[in-house]
Amino acid sequence: MARRRVKLIFGRELVTEPVIYQLGKNYEIVSNIRRADVTRDEGWVLLELTGEPDELEKGVAYLESRGIRVEPAEGDLVE
Amino acid sequence: MTRVIGMRCRECGTDYPVQATHVCEMCFGPLDVVYDYDAIKRAISREKIAAGPPSMWRYRDLLPVEDDVPVVTLGEGFTPLVLAERLGAELGLSRLYLKNDTMNPTNSFKDRVVSVAISWARAHGFETIGCASTGNLANAVAAYSARAGLESFVFIPADLEPAKIISTSVFGPNLVAVRGNYDQVNRLCSQLVESYPWAFCNINVRPFYAEGSKTLDFETAEQLGWQVPDEVIIPIASGCQFVKHHRAWGELLDLGLAEGERQPALTGAQALGCAPVYNAWRDGTDQVMPVKPDTIAKSIAIGNPSDGTYVIRMARETGGVVEAVSEQEIVDSIKLLARTEGIFTETAGGVTIGVLAKLARAGRWKGNETIVAYVTGHGLKTADAVAGPDGTAHRFEIDPTLKSFREVVEV
Ligand SMILES: Cc1ncc(COP(=O)(O)O)c(C=O)c1O
Ligand SMILES: [Zn+2]
Repeated sequence: MARRRVKLIFGRELVTEPVIYQLGKNYEIVSNIRRADVTRDEGWVLLELTGEPDELEKGVAYLESRGIRVEPAEGDLVE
Repeated sequence: MTRVIGMRCRECGTDYPVQATHVCEMCFGPLDVVYDYDAIKRAISREKIAAGPPSMWRYRDLLPVEDDVPVVTLGEGFTPLVLAERLGAELGLSRLYLKNDTMNPTNSFKDRVVSVAISWARAHGFETIGCASTGNLANAVAAYSARAGLESFVFIPADLEPAKIISTSVFGPNLVAVRGNYDQVNRLCSQLVESYPWAFCNINVRPFYAEGSKTLDFETAEQLGWQVPDEVIIPIASGCQFVKHHRAWGELLDLGLAEGERQPALTGAQALGCAPVYNAWRDGTDQVMPVKPDTIAKSIAIGNPSDGTYVIRMARETGGVVEAVSEQEIVDSIKLLARTEGIFTETAGGVTIGVLAKLARAGRWKGNETIVAYVTGHGLKTADAVAGPDGTAHRFEIDPTLKSFREVVEV
């Protein structure tokens, strides 16, 4: 099992969609919300994703295919 | 004296014991070092500082390395603070100062943070130091690891310029060039941190590393005769140092070391080609949206800055601003600084001076305020930025005769 800390950034169209629910339903991924800020127009959610590395890759690709930006939760690590 | 009493989450306030961790398990917020300020207040004084070593370690009472720990030092810090009369005259500022941090052992302010990180890591039993970097951090980590006698792993993108690779490899680190795009290198680093018992300077030991930035402000205050300047101009990449400058001025005032009613205005500088913090500032929000960097100011090209939101809040709280400059302004500003003050800075310094010049010309100041610009890296790191189209520079070419000299040069 691997863990990944990610920040999902949503635009207006996606705020009302249950993407995190679908992530768990379509992939073997457990997601755990740590912090979020969602207004009517946009938002972000900090999540811990747990699953097999392959499954995590697929899940992240799925989120991106839905138009969500997936970034490392702590920002860029390469300085 | 034990001055570090723990770590605390900047977001939710959860306390942690001292350890090599940079994020809060609860909310993923960043962790900061917690000091026993009562103990520090009893220990510290202007006189004790003045009697300390001529390096940033004279402020050790405000750094997270206890007194009995041998520090890993190459004489970093205590760099010159110069009154910039000629640049000031061009910009209409009579009390403009430059903190010349190009004078550090590996020629950037990163020596301050890395000296603290590696001193802390060695004292806490780490035998291997790591970092992922495109330049300044790699230089500093490789040099200080050599100095400490510790093994180091420096991860760089495979397409990094040869000059930067050589100036790091000379120190004998395990230099690992990663084939992959930026996001992939980032991801690899977070996996490495979880998998190896190493001290990654800017990742798991970041809370200690970051504290080293405060010495820029401590020195500035001491060099100004313990006065607080009106405004400080700071380059922003991750925003890590900006946040610590805010902490440092707060400490100086709270401990009664510096004289002043309030913090200096803290102003942030970015390149327009990588300006996520400036974009948010301009849009009146503190939600920073990541960008894809495209700028010659590579040492500060961080598209997804960890501390961007805090930078915006602190700039606002202190009366500072966040401003950004174009590629042309960066180059012009490097040349302006060199021509007027004899200081050669890299592109990050071009950004800082560019923002200073832009704000001065826009009439931000009356002219008699004390303004300090932090010049954080040396020009030889990015000399190409100021080369002419043919890769060299303007010069007169003559035959070895007086006649030729008179004809070509003396006209
Ligand atoms: C020369 C120089 N100036 C400024 C910075 C910005 O520092 P920070 O990431 O703390 O915002 C960096 C490093 O990233 C740097 O190398
Ligand atoms: Zn927290």
